[in-house]
Amino acid sequence: MAESAQSAVGGDERVKEISPLRQALIRPELGGMVGTVAVFTFFLLFAFDSGMFTSQGVMNWSVVSAQFMIIAVGACLLMIAGEFDLSVGSMIGFAGMMIAIFSVTLSWPVWIAIMVTFVLCVSIGALNGFIVVRTGLPSFIVTLAFLFILRGFTIFLPQTIERKTIIGGIRDVAEGDWLASVFGGKIGQGFFVWLGDNDLIGTFERGTREGQPVVDGIPMLIIWAIVLIIFGHVLLTKTKFGNWIFASGGDAEAARNSGVPVNRVKVLMFMFTAFCATVFATCQVMEFGSAGADRGLLKEFEAIIAVVIGGALLTGGYGSVIGAALGALIFGVVQQGLFFAGVESSLFRVFLGVILLGAVILNTYIRRIITGER
Amino acid sequence: MTEDTNFHHGDVQGQDPIIRMIDIEKHFGSVIALAGVSFDLKPGECHCLLGDNGAGKSTFIKTMSGVHKPTAGEIIFEDKPMHFEDPRDAIEAGIATVHQHLAMIPLMSVSRNFFMGNEPTRKVAGISFFDKKQADEITMEEMRKMGINLRGPDQAVGTLSGGERQTVAIARAVHFGAKILILDEPTSALGVRQTSNVLATIDKVRSQGVGVVFISHNVRHALAVGDRFTVLNRGKTLGTAKRGEISPEELQDLMAGGQELAQLEGSLGGTV
Repeated sequence: MAESAQSAVGGDERVKEISPLRQALIRPELGGMVGTVAVFTFFLLFAFDSGMFTSQGVMNWSVVSAQFMIIAVGACLLMIAGEFDLSVGSMIGFAGMMIAIFSVTLSWPVWIAIMVTFVLCVSIGALNGFIVVRTGLPSFIVTLAFLFILRGFTIFLPQTIERKTIIGGIRDVAEGDWLASVFGGKIGQGFFVWLGDNDLIGTFERGTREGQPVVDGIPMLIIWAIVLIIFGHVLLTKTKFGNWIFASGGDAEAARNSGVPVNRVKVLMFMFTAFCATVFATCQVMEFGSAGADRGLLKEFEAIIAVVIGGALLTGGYGSVIGAALGALIFGVVQQGLFFAGVESSLFRVFLGVILLGAVILNTYIRRIITGER
Repeated sequence: MTEDTNFHHGDVQGQDPIIRMIDIEKHFGSVIALAGVSFDLKPGECHCLLGDNGAGKSTFIKTMSGVHKPTAGEIIFEDKPMHFEDPRDAIEAGIATVHQHLAMIPLMSVSRNFFMGNEPTRKVAGISFFDKKQADEITMEEMRKMGINLRGPDQAVGTLSGGERQTVAIARAVHFGAKILILDEPTSALGVRQTSNVLATIDKVRSQGVGVVFISHNVRHALAVGDRFTVLNRGKTLGTAKRGEISPEELQDLMAGGQELAQLEGSLGGTV
């Protein structure tokens, strides 16, 4: 596309040719791609024998990465629209607890519990967004308030109702529920049995499950991550609404002058972020069979870090869902890889801080290239 | 810059004005911002509105673009009395304003900026997608017409110069059906070369039959493209002159409101 248009116009002596390197640099995904290659190269070289690249190991870091991806997609679109949501972590805890209270304490059918929770959480997301666009306050401070409000309720409700901070027994009530299996089930079991039978992946060598593959299917969590990434990417780059997301974050006033419904875009993105957090929470609750008051702690920052590693600007108006997904992948691979490699886990935080700083500096430099600032 | 051989000025004889503003008054509380300003604009004409700071230029064009409602006076648009409730009404009627501070987003590509808020769509399997191919083609075409060579439609607006950004904004307004284009000091922050690019753009737009209201306090820029010149001073029209009927010095004096500048200019050797 770009090449054909270029030749049609013909050369202009004032337009300096830019090198392919510089052209590649302004793609927001670049940092994420380079980082992904670097991280995989590192672990293939230094931790290949640690079990990280067996079927079980791959599934382990894939699940962790997919968790980051789900919340990163929401945070990414919201950040490009020019806002933050610091209440993501608390929303995860709150959503999980609501599902547990509805389904276990109140004995509602699990599918109703999940649906009501989604409606409730997305409404809270809308409220977040509504307050931000109406008051014009920074989303940082509004969602910080909700970080505490939601976490407070997440601890208060189970303590008042059940006198404990963890509600279990969800796996039993979710047995056979159609909607629960959309979040907690696995698919492709037959394929994995076939892989196991053909010695392509590891199988149990003794015990009751002898001969069965160690990894027996792809968790729905990973499917959700892939679906959300594709949805987010298509929405952002291929639709009219995507253009509005960029415009709202790039310069809200200029976008309004051109007839973009900035407020609606922002509120919808807050709702989408809340939706992603609820997907995360539902998958987690179905996997663990319980909801805990401390679930999702610090997830908001991890989502933002993944998005920033993925090349989005903190100031909005620029970024990529694919980049954010790669950021989440780097996050998951490094976190689990260090564990496999037997490195002290506290060093992970050091790594995180360093890579975050590097990414922000790189992004600022890239922005200067794009806008021609000096 | 004042030699006008580069531009073919619109033949404005015998055409009906597209808009007529008659005795417009605008009061803000006890302040009389406009005390009876009359102004008209014909299709394919560049009508310059000149005046010093505080003369009421901004208030006047805001009345024309629907931001302010006049306290008294009449607006006749395409032979019908017009009451704009808000700027959207004016935009829909075909009155577009290109502001000093542009409605352009530096981080976004030229083509995404061009179609911001008016994206072309294409349906695939019932879902409507942003038709990027069409948007890119139209953008390249429009930019080529205006004499801007882009590296590609994906080039970010941030890499364009101030004059080129003005041109993109003007091209966008015209593409989306503006009949009247209000340019609020489009050249005030630009360098010599960029200014001449913008003036050339105004000339191109005029030749397509769009009426241009060019607000400036730079007489040289106004004389370069203007067909008629209306000078505002302290909320009143000091008169409208046709091209060729007035010299730069006279215009300058009118704008400044009299003698003092003439004397000052004498001592400065005509450099103002």
